[in-house]
Amino acid sequence: MKHLLTATAFVLAIAGTASMAGTAHAEGKLSLYHWFEYIPQDLLDKFSKEYDVDVTMDTFDSNEALLASLKAGKLGSYDLAVPGDYMVDILRQEGMLDTFTAAEMPNLGNIEDQWLNVPFDQGRKSTIPYQWGSTSFSVNRDVYQGPIDTTDIVFNPPEELKGKINVLDTSGETLTLASLHLGIPQCTSDRTQLKALNDLVMNAKQYWASFGSDIAKDVLVSGDAAVGMIWSGFSAKARAEGANVEYAFPKQGYIVWMDNVALLKDAPNRDNALKFMNFLLEPENAAAVTNYANYSAGVKGVMPFLTPEVANSPESNPPKGQKGVFVQACPEEVQVMYDAIWTNLKK
Amino acid sequence: MAAGAPDGASSKSDIYAGNGPRLMLPVWVFIGLFLLLPVALMGVYSFLTKEFRGGVIWDFTLTAYDQFFLDRGLFGDDPAKIEWTYIGIFWRSIWQAGMATIMCLLIGFPTAWFIATRDAKTRSIWLFLITIPYWVNLLIRTVSMKFLIRDTGPLNEFLMWSGVINEPLGLINTNFAVQLGLFYSYLPFMVLPIYAAVERYDFSLSEAAADLYANVWTILRLVILPVVKPGIIAGCILVFVPSLGAFLAPDLLGGAKTFMIGSLIEEQFKGNAGNWPFGAAASMILLSIVMAVLLIYARSQTKGDK
Amino acid sequence: MASKKYLLKAPKNDLRRLPGFTTVTLLCLFILYAPLMVVAIYSFNASTSITNWGGWSLAWYGDVFFGPEAAKFQQAAINSLIIAVCAAFAATIIATAAAVAMNRTGAFRGKTSGFMLINLPLMVPEVVTAVASLVFFSTIGFTTGLGTILLAHIVFCIPFAYLPISARMQSVPDLYEQAAMDLYATPLEAFKLVLLPIMMPGLMSGFLLAFIISLDDFLITNFVKGAGIETLPTAVFGSVKQGIKPNIMAISTLMLGVSVVFVSLSWLIGRAGQSQQETK
Repeated sequence: MKHLLTATAFVLAIAGTASMAGTAHAEGKLSLYHWFEYIPQDLLDKFSKEYDVDVTMDTFDSNEALLASLKAGKLGSYDLAVPGDYMVDILRQEGMLDTFTAAEMPNLGNIEDQWLNVPFDQGRKSTIPYQWGSTSFSVNRDVYQGPIDTTDIVFNPPEELKGKINVLDTSGETLTLASLHLGIPQCTSDRTQLKALNDLVMNAKQYWASFGSDIAKDVLVSGDAAVGMIWSGFSAKARAEGANVEYAFPKQGYIVWMDNVALLKDAPNRDNALKFMNFLLEPENAAAVTNYANYSAGVKGVMPFLTPEVANSPESNPPKGQKGVFVQACPEEVQVMYDAIWTNLKK
Repeated sequence: MAAGAPDGASSKSDIYAGNGPRLMLPVWVFIGLFLLLPVALMGVYSFLTKEFRGGVIWDFTLTAYDQFFLDRGLFGDDPAKIEWTYIGIFWRSIWQAGMATIMCLLIGFPTAWFIATRDAKTRSIWLFLITIPYWVNLLIRTVSMKFLIRDTGPLNEFLMWSGVINEPLGLINTNFAVQLGLFYSYLPFMVLPIYAAVERYDFSLSEAAADLYANVWTILRLVILPVVKPGIIAGCILVFVPSLGAFLAPDLLGGAKTFMIGSLIEEQFKGNAGNWPFGAAASMILLSIVMAVLLIYARSQTKGDK
Repeated sequence: MASKKYLLKAPKNDLRRLPGFTTVTLLCLFILYAPLMVVAIYSFNASTSITNWGGWSLAWYGDVFFGPEAAKFQQAAINSLIIAVCAAFAATIIATAAAVAMNRTGAFRGKTSGFMLINLPLMVPEVVTAVASLVFFSTIGFTTGLGTILLAHIVFCIPFAYLPISARMQSVPDLYEQAAMDLYATPLEAFKLVLLPIMMPGLMSGFLLAFIISLDDFLITNFVKGAGIETLPTAVFGSVKQGIKPNIMAISTLMLGVSVVFVSLSWLIGRAGQSQQETK
């Protein structure tokens, strides 16, 4: 008992002293709900300093986790969140987004034209671009030297790649890539097409070594997998870590996504949130994120601020003419079937 | 009473009789208020209509349980058959958790015994030695286990270098890897309760038995088992039950090719499916199974009591 | 305990030295520490990769202490330790009371349901506890923060503390307490002066298990914590999600180091206390 008591007192004493040396408090506050590892701390510090605002950040690990925790009661405690394209749509349908006027966002004009009138937020009323990139797959060129511009690599692989494939553990992206492979529309409710989709993934599963999103980069670097479905920036990082991987832009198409900074309903610090959004639209700041995350900014004039490796990254510069598609948010009756296919695949 | 039920060497005691409810009050306050109530809410959720993409609509229905037990085909309009998918997932999880528990017991029991028979001064050092690795986060421990056993990892390289094997063992992404991961996640949860039960066990008892020409097995069965049993049971509960719902080891070491209970439920709340009532229903079914087992056990132990 | 002399008399059946148990224990320690050796070694890797070796470097330790996220990591480590110690301590006390109720008070109404309740945190899948707690806290208007984390941790630590404590209490007959009460000790005295000291190994085991389970928790914490409050798992999780970066390995190694120092200190303090008592 004494043992425990002394030990407890000991730790508490140390911890108490250490936490006394707390942080200085600034005028304003800003509460951000963001992806893991997606914004450089320097940039947050810079904003804090310039605007005298204390930034607190919470993190989530998937669009769905963001939605789940907002639904479970966290709406109203954050000012900004960073949902992906289709999730912006969903959050709006759920009534979780606030809107701003053009006058409140002086830097709105900095958004690249192609990202201004996007289907999930026409004219940018609630969100601004954060980063965009693509989802496809990378192939270890030491293992396979043939052509890789086809989704056959994942769904109908050549002999030397069988059993060495990692696919993302998210039904949205994996089933969308499968739909592209079959050339069927997303969110189809056509039964023959859905049946074909189900058969395709059920058959392809024998070629796959693992499902994993968090490990997507590591399995490529370590050589556990020779092919991996992966996000563009992740593939660039794998390459930087010494893996001889090439990111593919398949002729059947690939997935494009965009993360957006969204103004949440009932934001406790709406003014600071707008300041922060505006701050992120400054080319220099947008470029800082891009240099950190290895994706692309969607903001005009970032070029001069980018490091050459990031600017010329093959992963961020798809060949002209190859089509990229957004993952669509399917209506409920269709989504149920996609869920059934996914469960069927993993049973 | 289950891991509270004395038998054999220890006596059923009521020396603090009358204080039971009072002593249980903190448990009722903490668990009753902050877990039982929320979980009861989840129980209600399992009978509600799912809201698309997470959340619930307050409309009572049995859809979630229907989905769990009845198979209506990919498009939901085939005649209903028994749904084996989820039962299979449950069975697989129970199997994996059971294997992990056995592995923990095989390694954990001798370890606990060894520690309990050290002299008093070094015992706590041994205990800490067992728990120190657990200061490192589970995720990191699991990833490093993966690193260790993968085909190009140190384990295989060493074994191939030393000539024991000619090609990698191919451990990664197998059921065994999952069991190993679960075993690694929960080992101290087996060692410490057994240690607690065995420590200061009066060895003169078994020596007296030996003097009376009992052989080792008889001593084990008649003298030692009753003392050790509560510890083993506590350890098995602490390893088996959390293993059932674990998802890190299956995902990282098993390759996540098949759902386990943990990942299935996780998917309903955090994944694309967003089907809270179904996730709640699956949890309630899991809860009922584990509770039934514990209850049967508890009853069998208290029978002599009443 | 039997004397050494006695051991010599019956070496064949000595249960303290069962053959092979030492080997298994060493194997057990090897399994526990081998993966962590990997962590420790790669924390000194010069490259950003956890799979490719780029030479020795202390850069990641520099990053942990002076990098842009240093303040966050430090605060998170402190929060984690405070919560783990407080939660484990509270859980140990609650669990001890419950163990006495379960093992030493005979039959009473609500005993079985109480036993189920104690084990409930084990049985509910983590993600369900997480979502349910968050829904519950926000329904009753609790502001999420350090307090809600502590509450949630105490709750799920209770069975981890209870089971070893109860196992200990069962394997100790109540003879000693009976004897004390025959000598006119009150139940409270019998508990404090007789039972509690015998219970030490159980309390220690329960506390340690509760402590490591609290230190480890990510999912529940991530749901019930308030904005901007981090514990070590929530702070490092992001980096881990993207493949463990060496700075996380450095943090883990530091945690191991801290725990070793902490253990050695408490041992030394304990020993000092012991020898003091002896001299008295």
